[in-house]
Amino acid sequence: MKQYQVSTAEKKFIGSHLLVAILALAVGSLFGPLQAFEHAGWDFYPYLRPLIKSYYQGLTVHGVLNALVWTTFFIMGFLTFNVIFGLKRPLKNPVLNKVGFWMMVVGVVTAAVPILTNQATVLFTFYPPLKANWAFYVGLTLVVVGSWVEGWGLFTTYLAWRKENANERTPFIAFASLITTLLWQICTLGVATEILTMLLPWSLGLIEGVDPQLARTYFWFTGHPLVYFWLLPAYISWYAFLPKQAGNGKMFSDTLARLAFWIFLILSTPLGFHHQYVDPGVPPAWKFIHSMLTFGVFFPSMMTAFTVVASLEHGARKNGGKGALAWIGKLNWSDPSVAAQLLAGILFFFGGIGGLANASYNINLVLHNTAFIPGHFHLTVATGVTLSFMGISYWLLPYLTGKKLWQPKWATIQAWAWFVGMIIFSNSMHVLGLLGAPRRVPLNLAPYVPAEWNSRLIQVGIGGAILFFSGFIYLLVMLKTALNKETVETEVEVPVAESLQDVSLTPEWLDRWAPWIYGTLALIVVVYGPVLFDLIKNISLTSPGFRVW
Amino acid sequence: MSTQKMHIDVYERNWLIFSAILLVLFATAVSVAAFGMGIQVPAPEQRVDPRTVATDPSSPWSNPGLREIAPGKYDAYILAHAIPNWEYLPKELTVPAGSVVTFYVTSSDVQHGFKIQNTNANFMVIPGQVSKLTIHFDKPGTYNYICTEYCGSGHGVMYGAITVTP
Repeated sequence: MKQYQVSTAEKKFIGSHLLVAILALAVGSLFGPLQAFEHAGWDFYPYLRPLIKSYYQGLTVHGVLNALVWTTFFIMGFLTFNVIFGLKRPLKNPVLNKVGFWMMVVGVVTAAVPILTNQATVLFTFYPPLKANWAFYVGLTLVVVGSWVEGWGLFTTYLAWRKENANERTPFIAFASLITTLLWQICTLGVATEILTMLLPWSLGLIEGVDPQLARTYFWFTGHPLVYFWLLPAYISWYAFLPKQAGNGKMFSDTLARLAFWIFLILSTPLGFHHQYVDPGVPPAWKFIHSMLTFGVFFPSMMTAFTVVASLEHGARKNGGKGALAWIGKLNWSDPSVAAQLLAGILFFFGGIGGLANASYNINLVLHNTAFIPGHFHLTVATGVTLSFMGISYWLLPYLTGKKLWQPKWATIQAWAWFVGMIIFSNSMHVLGLLGAPRRVPLNLAPYVPAEWNSRLIQVGIGGAILFFSGFIYLLVMLKTALNKETVETEVEVPVAESLQDVSLTPEWLDRWAPWIYGTLALIVVVYGPVLFDLIKNISLTSPGFRVW
Repeated sequence: MSTQKMHIDVYERNWLIFSAILLVLFATAVSVAAFGMGIQVPAPEQRVDPRTVATDPSSPWSNPGLREIAPGKYDAYILAHAIPNWEYLPKELTVPAGSVVTFYVTSSDVQHGFKIQNTNANFMVIPGQVSKLTIHFDKPGTYNYICTEYCGSGHGVMYGAITVTP
């Protein structure tokens, strides 16, 4: 059976997302290792002085480009592909999607100018009253609004498909991608409110001051679901693509996979206070409630773990895999896309456990803002998500361009190097955090660092060096593939795993949108409403801006 | 419709039950710690004006430092600031072992953190808000308090120390 043909124009459009994403990763990843090297005592920042003024400016570049730009562009491209290919239908209003994309591009450029000229060294959390140049806030707004517009393009495409296919179940990859898009649109209302009602008018001189506690609360309304916006596309790939790639497996439970995505939609947003456990302006009772909901959102991840592993096992056993765990060896490890995603999943598992520690209201007192936190999110977003995206690009780029993947062996080496480098880097960051090392500090220069941290600081540098090597190989493979003269004979097969169950038996209530959306909004109002109402009622715009970098 | 029933594999059901029990256990542990053992996180204490908090003579942070309010019990008013040179005022405190110190920390400029090494004190310092936490100092020694939130180019050198004398 011939697979659905995505038009050349749409392939180009999806590919341009990948291009921006990978360019951002290339620049942002130059600075990651520089932070790690500084920890180990090899400080390159003084040599970069004419270009990059400080460790903190480098950290801002790294955070904004890797955590915000690389992820958002890759995700919007991947989700667009999933909607088109899943629904077997072109975009309804391609112009809408294009407008959204270009708004995002203009936004990135607008924000990049103040960042690169040291006018916005505020890190990717941009907590006021650190005050960046207005262009930074305008740029971020354009990126967020652009991603909304692209999302509307996906929603209208779905509505058109629904009209044409009134009684069909939404194909899983499109279904899950649409939920991810919706989650993003709901949760970004927080940061949009923060920027539009406070930071932007303030940076333009229209208002004198801001309320930093309220700004943090808006920020974390978006900040935690943001990690699910990063993670869910990787989950989509693990659920629906990886089993097929790793051994022709089928998706074990279509029903529970869909249910998991709905739970993510409902529970991702109303738990932002777990980033604010030690904020003075949020009442402890609400912090406690958010901690309980944070444990709740762990549940769909456990569901995912089961379905993904069962789907992989289904394929491996068909291919002769035996034993309780020995079947893992039968997975298609020689395919770099598979190796990257499996290794990403393994480290993500440990990241999830660390996340439970952070979520624990009490244990967090020891961990808050220590090196444990970047140690944690380098397992989750920088491996679970990023290494999975790298793995996805190993089939997606050849599919989009018709070029053969350059040196698959090197791509496999890249995945393993990322895995090993991240174990060394992240483990030492976790330990440093437990010993009391703060995050976001050039520890080589800090006056209070005891000698017992030194061996761990050197391991941070070694891990960073291996990651630098791996990142370089990734960029080389991408570049060489894009320029490859060797083309594929027939279009690359999109590796979508079939469902083991008959999809038409999936309950209809899992394909209805309104009740889940109302539930999501209601829960947000219940667990955010009272605190936000109180903070807004007592708003004090008493903090003028500071530029202390 | 009978075809609309949800199919759940038996292994999968057991896994989900196991997951649910695990999460209930975590939630119970956190609840016991919060309510049974009195682990404190900061609660709304007081709003201040960051523009005048360091200078207004009626503000305790215009004269930061230690006040003994009863034998062995202290209030410590600490001001965090990035301007002019990223420090806490006072930079050093001394209390005898066995003291109970309640910290009241605020900022006159940007956000800071306040983490006393080897204790459970670790909280945000946010302009306009006062962070309050009580800590028992039983073991003699030096406890650094360090800034844990990015506050500009001097963030990495911002710290102070509490000396607990025998």
